[in-house]
Amino acid sequence: MGYFELIVSCIFVNNILLAQFLGNCPFLGTSKKMETAVGMAMAVVFVLVLAGVITWVTYTFLLVPFDLVYLRTLAFILVIASLVQFVEMFLKKSIPALYAGLGIFLPLITTNCAVLGVCIINVDKEFTFMQTLVSSFAYAVGFGLALILFAGVRERILLARVPRPLQDTSIGLVAAGLLSLTFFAFRGMV
Amino acid sequence: MAKTLVQEFTKGLWAEIPPFRLVLGLCPTLGVTTSMKNGLGMGLATTFVLVFSNILVSLMRNLIPSKVRIACFIIIIATFVIVVELLMQAYAYALFQTLGVFIPLIVVNCIVLGRAEAFASKNGLLASTADGLGIGIGFSLSLAALGAVREIIGTGMFFGYSLFGPNYKPFTFMIQAPGAFVALGLMLCLMNLVGKK
Repeated sequence: MGYFELIVSCIFVNNILLAQFLGNCPFLGTSKKMETAVGMAMAVVFVLVLAGVITWVTYTFLLVPFDLVYLRTLAFILVIASLVQFVEMFLKKSIPALYAGLGIFLPLITTNCAVLGVCIINVDKEFTFMQTLVSSFAYAVGFGLALILFAGVRERILLARVPRPLQDTSIGLVAAGLLSLTFFAFRGMV
Repeated sequence: MAKTLVQEFTKGLWAEIPPFRLVLGLCPTLGVTTSMKNGLGMGLATTFVLVFSNILVSLMRNLIPSKVRIACFIIIIATFVIVVELLMQAYAYALFQTLGVFIPLIVVNCIVLGRAEAFASKNGLLASTADGLGIGIGFSLSLAALGAVREIIGTGMFFGYSLFGPNYKPFTFMIQAPGAFVALGLMLCLMNLVGKK
């Protein structure tokens, strides 16, 4: 598979939120306002690329040679948790402007299953280093795209009159279903 | 004491049933419920992790310093997730392959960490076990119900039996990705209608 196909597949066809169902808690949690959605999207792009690369290195050069593949889940979550902590401290010290923007979203990312999910998918598909880098970035862009689009939809829903039992999360899920349906149109492209 | 244990257990079945009342753990809820069997399998795997992590967290709650508690909880949970992974590879390989990436992802399921933090770290062994079991079974039932609805409408089949005769044209939308969101949204709406006093 060429890099172009890989990118299209990761952003649109296999969109992490709408086709693979990973990272849905922040998808519904941070999509009520455009500002928080953009913040979350940026933070995910930043962390996901780093995490994808670092877990790939951990897996290939540490777990496989020492025959510890069964510890994958534990190793990955520890790497991601410490990475997030480290990124937070680094940003706070060196790039305060970026930290102010991403700050509150960073701790949430540790338990964002999109991050761990992409790391596991990468090693499951036996990607090379470059493929891992490209697919992590593309998945993250797909996450951001879907989140920001959905935030736009939800801001409009706020203005509409919704029957009481359908309010909030319920109508949000139905709207997400329609958004997912539009992404369905990309099927067959790759 | 006995009464409170029963209460801890039953609250997971209705009053706080995930993912309907506590909107947590949505990813497996949406991802694996294409059939009742998958939903139930995922629910039981999560229940296993939930019960044992609750037990261990409860036993160790006085030993773990509060500053690093989240990290400790995650390690405990990850350990049991690995146990489930290995058990399923040995005894239920077909199911393990269908559920795929969602089994390792139990480790970041907010329900499991949420119960460890909100309940097991503050309560005794028996209460925590009852809590884990109740929430776990509630979660399994929800997933099984959602899986059953999607399976029946989406394929016209239930556990391999055809329900509506050969002329039924399956509404495949329901077992595909968008159907998951719509089905869950409508079930949530139904819960709101029923639960309203």
